[in-house]
Amino acid sequence: MLKELMNKKDIDRALTRIAHEIIEKNKGIKKLCLVGIQRGGVHLAGRISSKIRQIEKKVTPVGSLDIAFYRDDLNIRKEQPLVRRTEVPFEITDFKIILVDDVLFTGRSIRAAMDALTDLGRPAAIQLVVLIDRGHRELPIKADYVGKNIPTALSETVEVQLKEEGFEDRVILMKAAGEEEQGA
Amino acid sequence: MLNKKDLLGIKELSAEEITLILDTAGGFRDVLGRDIKKVPTLRGKTTVNLFFEPSTRTRTSFELAAKRLSTDVINFSVPTSSVVKGESLIDTALTVQALGADFIIIRHSSSGVPHLLAKKLRASVINAGDGINEHPTQALLDAFTIREKKGTIKGLHIAIVGDIAHSRVAKSNIYSLIKLGARVRLIGPPTLIPAEIADMNVKVFHKIEEGLKGADVLMTLRIQMERQDKGFFPSTEEYSKNWGLTPDRVALAKEDAIVMHPGPMNRGIEIVSEIADGPRSVILEQVTNGIAVRMAVMYLLSGYRR
Repeated sequence: MLKELMNKKDIDRALTRIAHEIIEKNKGIKKLCLVGIQRGGVHLAGRISSKIRQIEKKVTPVGSLDIAFYRDDLNIRKEQPLVRRTEVPFEITDFKIILVDDVLFTGRSIRAAMDALTDLGRPAAIQLVVLIDRGHRELPIKADYVGKNIPTALSETVEVQLKEEGFEDRVILMKAAGEEEQGA
Repeated sequence: MLNKKDLLGIKELSAEEITLILDTAGGFRDVLGRDIKKVPTLRGKTTVNLFFEPSTRTRTSFELAAKRLSTDVINFSVPTSSVVKGESLIDTALTVQALGADFIIIRHSSSGVPHLLAKKLRASVINAGDGINEHPTQALLDAFTIREKKGTIKGLHIAIVGDIAHSRVAKSNIYSLIKLGARVRLIGPPTLIPAEIADMNVKVFHKIEEGLKGADVLMTLRIQMERQDKGFFPSTEEYSKNWGLTPDRVALAKEDAIVMHPGPMNRGIEIVSEIADGPRSVILEQVTNGIAVRMAVMYLLSGYRR
């Protein structure tokens, strides 16, 4: 069973609102950078960055972060996660990092991402953007900017499909899927 | 996906598996460029370097790779171990495993030793060079370096110069480069190129000038001084004159050709300093990339599920 939670327009509006919220909360974009978690988060960070540029007429640096090396489930997963590139080609120490992910679920990815980031430097602050918050946290982690809150069952799967990956932009909920959970 | 316990040779790997290792190494290469060159990925695991043959760079590279993945490392070298007291190879390996080793990195002068241990042990065995058989991580770091410099390996003309017959580096490289779609040329005196190797879809040249013409990558091998007395070539002077990489010869290759050497170099014999230290040389990058590739191998093997 498959249910569409957000369409192309919904995603775009949510990202526009989040871009405004980031600027408002940080009183501008001074010393601000965006870092997306591989892979969905990287695309979303790029989109938010271009929206911020439209609003502020200035460029915020954007990086990508792979969290495979910092995961806490390497010993129990059925297979090793694919390693993708981490490219943060700017100094993050004393910068505010807007960390971007597609789905917030258990919070374990975000824990891994924060460990990865602090190995790159000492950011002034880390704020979290997620397109979907589906609940079921296993760690005390909360997003600062949320596209949409969606209550889900543990057996369901949430998938963010983006045009950068060759899909039509949309967020779908699948019931009674396999063991692979999104954003775990 | 690489669902393997051990890395014994390139021969046993598919092109997809080699590519996965190289892609994974890219992520580790990023780590090595940072201030904090260490990740917690394999925390709590133990690596044992079991070297029955002298080695400084390969052992050090594996040691650093293991440490940067946060494993604990023990170096077990022969002159200080019970092997001199007559302990058998398998007993030594079983003892090392009983000490809690998750990864055993082995170098041995006999071909096939890593394969034998891999069957006997639960731990992951990584071949760091066995006799004249294979040296898989060297071939992987070479492929990684070529791919980084050239974008791809497919279709490249890659010339390997020197003692092919006794070189496990050459053998592993031939397997890997052919699987990745390169056109491999082997250059050296007939005494150092086994006749049956022509079956491997390579081109053999006995004149270095012909072999280097238009090549994208020039890889020269260390002349193994320890074999020099067996008469495979008359003298090091003669070898250098016929097979050494000199500016005149390198000029025959493509303008953007790169020069590689697995180390340690015999300067003035298989390669002159002007080339080794010149702008086309990627020899020191090979060393750095070696750590990233070895980290990638350990990371992927640790995903093996029984």
